[in-house]
Amino acid sequence: MNGFDEIADAARPHLPRGVRLRFDAIRKEWNLLAPERVLKIDSIAVEILKRCSGEACLTDIVADLAQNFAADPVLIRKDVSAFLHGLVQKRMIDL
Amino acid sequence: MTITTSPTIAPPIGLLAELTHRCPLGCPYCSNPLSMDMAAQELDTETWKRIFSEAAAAGVLHVHLSGGEPAARKDLAELITHCTSVGLYTNLITSGIGITPAVMAKLNAAGLDHFQLSIQDSVAESADKIAGYKGAFSKKREVAALVLATGIPLTINAVMHRANITRAADMVKLAIELGARRVEIAHTQYYGWAKVNRDALMPSREEADIAIAEIEALKAELAGTIVIDHVLPDYHARFPKACMGGWARRTLNVTPTGKVLPCHAAETIPELEFWNSRDHTLLDIWANSPAFNTYRGTGWMKEPCLSCERKEIDFGGCRCQALALTGDARAADPVCHLSPDHIKIEEALTASTDNIVMDYRYRRLEKTKS
Repeated sequence: MNGFDEIADAARPHLPRGVRLRFDAIRKEWNLLAPERVLKIDSIAVEILKRCSGEACLTDIVADLAQNFAADPVLIRKDVSAFLHGLVQKRMIDL
Repeated sequence: MTITTSPTIAPPIGLLAELTHRCPLGCPYCSNPLSMDMAAQELDTETWKRIFSEAAAAGVLHVHLSGGEPAARKDLAELITHCTSVGLYTNLITSGIGITPAVMAKLNAAGLDHFQLSIQDSVAESADKIAGYKGAFSKKREVAALVLATGIPLTINAVMHRANITRAADMVKLAIELGARRVEIAHTQYYGWAKVNRDALMPSREEADIAIAEIEALKAELAGTIVIDHVLPDYHARFPKACMGGWARRTLNVTPTGKVLPCHAAETIPELEFWNSRDHTLLDIWANSPAFNTYRGTGWMKEPCLSCERKEIDFGGCRCQALALTGDARAADPVCHLSPDHIKIEEALTASTDNIVMDYRYRRLEKTKS
């Protein structure tokens, strides 16, 4: 938690209670709703967060994204890890 | 719905529902008005439900259920169930008094998203004195444990002032100990009851500076453990706060009797005309009511705000504070060092540290509105 900006391969990221991924039909955008926070989420982030079920581990999530988007797993792992780490710091993702 | 907001008026994102002004506590910095609404005047359950449905349709994302003490309403869980059903994110802002295990179970089943619990100090005796309620502190500890057991995320809310400012960092530690994922350290803003009690609440500049530095350091140190939101004391600042994120830009307030306000203190400005949700839809009020349009945008501004490069950043600060301290709601917030009335802030700071008042005038629901 403190100082490590890498998410472990075996970690199973998930949205804790009180954090919701929601499509805003009025503004036509995805939001991550959390206590006193609204984060606007881009389409790549939505794909990552939809896979954060608490069942899939980071390795599974990266493999799934790499397959679906025909992209380099090494690069994907780096991006996903950095993105999720930012949310862990904000207590919007639990591992 | 036939009424739509014009393309230039973005939809609101948050709604503060002041469900009631009834509250067992008497905190001397309460944000409720000095003249409060009585129980018999409060909106009924069905009207609140309609307001929440209209809010969701208008684009509101977060609804903040507050008061007074929202648990004084017997229909609290029913209202949360309704908010959840229309897709609103529900945030309960409570003193914890009245949250029994049975009530907590109902709130949990209703799908409450976030529980925000006020704590007045990190030591019991002082906390109870500030709240004007014996046993408040130990009761709040019990409530925090109830929240934790449900899995609903807990925020601890602490308002800082002279009596507790030296324990700002202890409040953060207490919040962690209670299992909170977030803590709000809010330095007192001087409106309503807090303005009445200003000489009893205002800390010295030195005390405020130390507390600010401690909390700012903890923010980075505790990232990933607890989220710290720090509301800075604006009397000590160089520029004003962007009050409410700008007038009528992001949020609206509904009072216990259904009046819709751009902020909780807006009724202190006599020139404003408020509309009531009993007579109008929320979106109609947001787009068309005089109170929302009076200070929306930057067209109402005068100098030094009008030509200021920060006018879209802080929107001239707070209208209520401008009126209270300068007599003109269109003036620059005197917190701003560019305000010709900035000396009034300096005077208030000096007066409050020179004439220390020990006793609070506790917030009590004793007056009725005519």
